[in-house]
Amino acid sequence: MTSTADPAGQLAEQLSATTLLRFATAGSVDDGKSTLVGRLLHDSKSVLADQLEAVEHASRSRGQEAPDLALLTDGLRAEREQGITIDVAYRYFATPRRRFILADTPGHVQYTRNMVTGASTAELTVILVDARNGVVEQTRRHAAIAALLRVPHVVLAVNKMDLVGYEESSFASIAEEFTAYASELGVPEITAIPISALAGDNVVDASANMDWYGGPTVLEHLETVPVSHDLTGCHARFPVQYVIRPQTAEHPDYRGYAGQIAAGTFRVGESVTVLPSGRTSKIAGIDLLGSPVDVAWTPQSVTLLLRDDIDISRGDIVVPSGDAPATTQDVDATVCHVADTPLTVGQRVLLKHTTRTVKAIVKDIPSRLTLDDLSQHPAPGRLEANDIGRVRVRTAEPLALDAYADSRRTGSFLLIDPADGTTLAAGMAGEAFAAAETGPAQDDEGWDF
Amino acid sequence: MTTSIDVVGGSTDSPYALTHLDALESEAVHIFREVAGEFERPVILFSGGKDSIVMLHLALKAFAPAAVPFSLLHVDTGHNFPEVIEYRDSTVSQHNLRLHVASVQEYIDAGTLRERPDGTRNPLQTVPLTEAIQQHRFDAVFGGGRRDEEKARAKERVFSLRDEFSQWDPRRQRPELWQLYNGRHAPGEHVRVFPLSNWTELDVWQYIQREKIELPQIYFAHEREVFARDGMWLTAGDWGGPKDDESVETRLIRYRTVGDMSCTGAVDSDATTLDAVIAEIAASRLTERGATRADDKLSEAAMEDRKREGYF
Repeated sequence: MTSTADPAGQLAEQLSATTLLRFATAGSVDDGKSTLVGRLLHDSKSVLADQLEAVEHASRSRGQEAPDLALLTDGLRAEREQGITIDVAYRYFATPRRRFILADTPGHVQYTRNMVTGASTAELTVILVDARNGVVEQTRRHAAIAALLRVPHVVLAVNKMDLVGYEESSFASIAEEFTAYASELGVPEITAIPISALAGDNVVDASANMDWYGGPTVLEHLETVPVSHDLTGCHARFPVQYVIRPQTAEHPDYRGYAGQIAAGTFRVGESVTVLPSGRTSKIAGIDLLGSPVDVAWTPQSVTLLLRDDIDISRGDIVVPSGDAPATTQDVDATVCHVADTPLTVGQRVLLKHTTRTVKAIVKDIPSRLTLDDLSQHPAPGRLEANDIGRVRVRTAEPLALDAYADSRRTGSFLLIDPADGTTLAAGMAGEAFAAAETGPAQDDEGWDF
Repeated sequence: MTTSIDVVGGSTDSPYALTHLDALESEAVHIFREVAGEFERPVILFSGGKDSIVMLHLALKAFAPAAVPFSLLHVDTGHNFPEVIEYRDSTVSQHNLRLHVASVQEYIDAGTLRERPDGTRNPLQTVPLTEAIQQHRFDAVFGGGRRDEEKARAKERVFSLRDEFSQWDPRRQRPELWQLYNGRHAPGEHVRVFPLSNWTELDVWQYIQREKIELPQIYFAHEREVFARDGMWLTAGDWGGPKDDESVETRLIRYRTVGDMSCTGAVDSDATTLDAVIAEIAASRLTERGATRADDKLSEAAMEDRKREGYF
C-alpha cells in the first residue's frame, strides 16, 4: 500500500477533479481483467486500508502468498466461493483529473448481455488481449459489441507484455490487426496500449521495460480522453417524464414538463413540436431544478414551460420544430436478447422507449448475427439468451424514434415481457454497424455464446 | 505518474461539460421523476442520516415548485440518536411531509422479535421494514444505498425488484441498460430504488457543502461519553452499553455514518465544519463502513446476507 505522505496535497488533488468518465472493461478471465481493474484501483490509491486488509486476509486463508487483487472486485459469496464474477459491478475511483465510474463486466458467464449492459452507458471500453495469443475470436466479439453499442472510444490493452519479452513487434502486429478489424466495424477511435497488469507496466505508471512506447498509460488515457460535448450537431430531444402542477396559492397556474434532456440544447423562445401529436408551441421558460435559465443541454434534468396550454403528458417528446424525427409504428432494429426465455416471431411484448411504454408485437426476426465473423444467419425464427439479431417490431402507437447511430439515448429501447415484467431485449434502432459490410449468409456452426 | 499529459489531446472543459456533481444530481433527479411517473405508492426511506437527507433534498429539487409526491418511512430501532430523531421530525414538519414510522421496539414488546445477545438492533430492522411495505402497499421504496459503500452493494441495480418477501436475489437481477429503468412488478412485489447508486461518500459531502444542506450535529466533532468495543467508540446510553468490563470516557468525536447506536461507531475527530469533515474523509485510509459499522464485521458476506432477506 502506498502511504499518503501529504494528506493536504491529496485532498486538493481529489477535490479538484470535476469531470466524470464512465467506462467499461471487457476481457475473458485469463486475459487478466480482474488484475487490471485491481491494479487501476490499487495504483491510483483508490483502495483503502480496511479493504486491502480484507483482501490480504482472504488471500491468506485461501493459501495464496500475495494479495489477490481480483478479490477486490468479487463481491458476492458465490463469486468468492467459485472464483468467478457473476454480474456487472460498478466501481468508483478518482484521480486529480477525473472521477471514474467503471462498469466491471464478467468475462464468461452470460457474457454478451453483461457486456452490453456495461457498454450501454460507457463512453469508453477497455478490451483486453493476451499478448501471447493476439486477436482471438473473443476479441472480435468484444470489438463488435463495442461497435454495436457505439461506444465512442475503444482502448486495446495488450496485456502480459512481460511474457513476450516486452517486444515491440508482438504489440505492433496485434494492434495493427485489431485496429483494422475495429475500424471496419466503424469504431471511431482506437488506442492501443502495451501493458502488464500483473507487473504494473503502463497501467498507472509508465513502463521502464518498454521505452519504445511513447503513448499514454491506461490511466493517463482515461484521464485525458475527450468526452464528447459538441452538441451543435445534435438533434435536440426532450422526453417528458412528469408534469409538475403545484396548484398552490403561490403557483396557481404553473404547469411544467419535467425531464432529462436526452440530446442537444433547448433555449427559451425556441419553437418546439410535441410528438407524437405534432402540436407546436414556444418555450416560455426553463427551470433548472428550481432556478430559471435561458439555455439547457443534455444531460441536464430540467422543467420546460411552454407558451401555450397544450395537452402533453409523460411519454411525449419535445423537439425543435424544424428538427422533428419521423414517427413510426414499424421499428427496424438490432437487439441483444438478455432474457433466459427466447424471443420469437409473433410474440407480444412491451416496448419502452425513453419515457414511453407501448404494446408491440415481434413481426419478424430477419437474421441473427454471428459476432465471430459478422455473418448473418437468415430467419432464425427466435433469439436465445445472449443472441444478437435484427428484428422488426410493430407498435400499437407511433413512436418518435431516432436512429441509434444519431442518439444512443433516443435510439435505444427495451423489450419487456408483459406477463412478468422481465427485460427481454436491448434494442438499437436503425443500422447495426457504422461501416460494416455484412458477409454472405452462412451456416453458423460453432456459435457458442 | 508522468508529467506529459496532452497526449490524446482535447480539452474536457467544453462549455457543455457538466461537473461530476451536476451530472450525479441530474441522474438522481431523473430517477426520482421516473418513479413518480411510473409508480402508484412510492415512499422514501428516511433515517435522518446524510444519505437520506441528500435524497430528500434531491426530491425537493426534482419536483419544485410542487411538493414532493412521496411520503417518508423511518424504521425506528428504538436505539436512535435523539439528535437525529429531532432532526427527522423538524424536517418532516418544515416540508409538510407525511412520515410513517415502523418501530422495532413495538415488535420486541409484542414478542415478534427477540433482542439479540450482542444487543445490536440493526439486523432486526428487516421485519418491520418489509411488513410496513406490505401494510402500506408501497410499490417503490427509495433507499440511500450507494454502490461504493460495500462490495455486495456494488452489484445492486438502480431499480431492484423485490418479491413479496422483499428478498434480493443477486443472480436474478434485471440487466439495466442505458437510462431505461424497468419498474414492472406484480402485485405484492415492489422495487427498491437507489438514486445515489453512483455517488461516493465524498460526492455526498461535497454536495452537502455546495447545496448548504443542514445536518444533524452529531456529524460534526463534539464531546461525548463513549466506550470502546470491537475497536470502535460506541455511545454510552440506555440501549445497553457499556457492559461491566467496559469503561466510559469523554472524547472529542464525530459520526461518519448514522445508524443504530448499538452498532454505529464514532471516530476521533476535531472536524467542526464541513470543510474540515471533507478534508478528514479525503485523507482517511478507511472506508466509511469499515471505520464505523459493527454489523458489517459480523462476516465476510454480512451485508449480502441481510440484503437477501430484505434489508437495504
